[in-house]
This record gives sequence, C-alpha cells and structure tokens, in this order.
Amino acid sequence: MTSATARPLPAEWRDFFALTKPRVMTLVIFTGLCGLLAAPGHIHPVLGFTAILCIALGAGGAATLNQWWEAGIDAGMKRTAGRPIPSGRMAPTNARDFGIALSVASVLIMGLGIGWLAATILLVSILYYAVVYTIWLKPRTPQNIVIGGGAGAFPPMIGWVAVTGHVTLMPVLLFAIIFMWTPPHFWALALFIKSDYAKVGIPMMPVVRGQASTRKQILAYTVLLVPIAGAPWFIGETGAIYGVTALALSLLFLALSLPVAFRRSEDGDAMKPEKRLFAFSIIYLFALFAALVVDRIAAHQGIFA
Amino acid sequence: MTPEEETEFRRRQRGRNLALGGLLVFLAILFYAITLVKIGS
Repeated sequence: MTSATARPLPAEWRDFFALTKPRVMTLVIFTGLCGLLAAPGHIHPVLGFTAILCIALGAGGAATLNQWWEAGIDAGMKRTAGRPIPSGRMAPTNARDFGIALSVASVLIMGLGIGWLAATILLVSILYYAVVYTIWLKPRTPQNIVIGGGAGAFPPMIGWVAVTGHVTLMPVLLFAIIFMWTPPHFWALALFIKSDYAKVGIPMMPVVRGQASTRKQILAYTVLLVPIAGAPWFIGETGAIYGVTALALSLLFLALSLPVAFRRSEDGDAMKPEKRLFAFSIIYLFALFAALVVDRIAAHQGIFA
Repeated sequence: MTPEEETEFRRRQRGRNLALGGLLVFLAILFYAITLVKIGS
C-alpha cells in the first residue's frame, strides 16, 4: 500500500457543485425563465426546460472557470478562502476541466436542441464572464462591477431568444435593465461590508475612488434605471401591469438611493440606508421580472404551445 | 493508506460515481424527450 499513500483523496461531488455558485444561479435561472416566459411565441415545455438548463449549466461553467482562475486571490480573502480550490479540497486542473466541460456541454445542447443563435449568445456570455471580466478587466479597473454586471445581464436575453429565434429591442432592454441594476446593487453592499479586496489587489470602487464617488455613481445608475425599466412599456411591448409596476419599483429604488448618495458614514455607522437599498435591490429585480411575466400572461399571448 | 483513509477514499469515489451516473441517466432521458418533441413538431 506504500504507493497508494501519496494518492490524494478525490474531491467530493458537493465540491464540484459548490464551484458552480448555486446561490448566484438561482437569480440566473429566475431571470432566464422570466425572459423565456415573457417572450412572444410558443416553446414546448421540454424545450423550455432544456433552454433554462443550458443557461444554468453555462453559468455554472463560467463560475467554475472564474474560481479556477482566481484561486490565488480567493485564498487571500476570508470570505472566499474556504472555497474548494483555495482550501485544497480540489486540484485546480480538475476544476478547470469541469468548468470547460460544463461550458461546452451547455453550448452544444443549446445549439442542437434549441437553436444556434441562443447557443451563440450563451457562448459569448460564458467567454465574457470567464475571460473579459475575470481574467482581463476585474483586476484592472474599479469599473469591474459594471463590466461584471454585463455577464449577469445575459440570461433573460438568452431565454427570450430561445423562444423567438432572433434578437429584437426587447431582449436588449432586458439586458440593459440588469446591466444598470448591478452597480447600485453591488456597491450598496460594498459600502457596508468590510471586504479585503484591497489586500489581494482587486480595485473595488469604494476603495479606489472613495466613498463619496461610489455614492454618487450609485445614484447615477438608479437614475438611468428609471427610463430603461419603463422602456418596454413606453415602446408598447408590454402592458400597463408591467409599466406601472416597473415605474413604481424604479422610483422607490431611486428614492432609497437618494439618502445613500447624499450622506457620509463615520466609523461605527450602522449603515442603515445602504443595507435598506441593498435589500430592496434584490426584491426589485425579482418583482420587476415577475411583473413582466404576469403582464404577458394577462395579455393572453399564451406561453406554451 | 490507513484503513480509515481507504474507507473515506471509497466513500468519496462512490459518491462521485453515483452523481455522474445520475447525470448520464438524466441526460439520456432529456435527449430522448427532446427527440420526441422534435419529431412530433
């Protein structure tokens, strides 16, 4: 048995599952499903399920590749040091191969089962997150969250295109909504969570440009979000159910970001406005996309063939 | 390898094999269903 003593323990399947960031994936699945359900036209439930599965697999693959690349960074931060690779429970190459396998499988199944346009956008989203964001821009610019938000904005667009087969203004608007939503969502969190990003050389906005600048930028994005979230109604692609809900939610989001934008925090500050804004940002996205689906169902356009 | 390590090794191996086997069965059923839907339409 001497030769076997050097053999490392194989990683548990749970560690592979953890690499796919299951909690982030719930939001990906929800927004992807809403894009699919809100799109005009019909898709067979089996194919709709396959499309959502592929979006989830692709997101899992990209998340895995992200953790493979950032294992060194993750090891230096308390929040992430326990992840499968930095904790030593999994060999980096295993994670890399798992991430590539998930990504390739998701794109191929999407292409063969649903359509190659949806598959192409899925591939672009994976490469965008794993390469453009993780490898290239995240360590280089404090706008990294803005860029990373682009990756999170793809799922509803892919869900929509899986049904319609072509890119129109609506899926682009759904993309733009999540794109504008991400910076205030994340920076609100970054203001009240003491992170150790600075220690590992990731330039997060509050650390690099300071609190005051971050607060102003949060406001800028929530202001931009109001017309963009309302746009699907303004251009007549949705009814008043979505329109009124979107405007009410967006104005409330804006109202909550005002106190965040125009205050400074001292040491020992309870950070109530920032925590409130962050908590609401999550409700905002779920409620907005749910309203989109309810609006479509109410318009009797039909969902499934 | 101590007997304890050997047991743990086998336990993890079994867990991974079951997960992979389940995944393959799931994919086989999914591809079958997709095929039926595509032939039907």
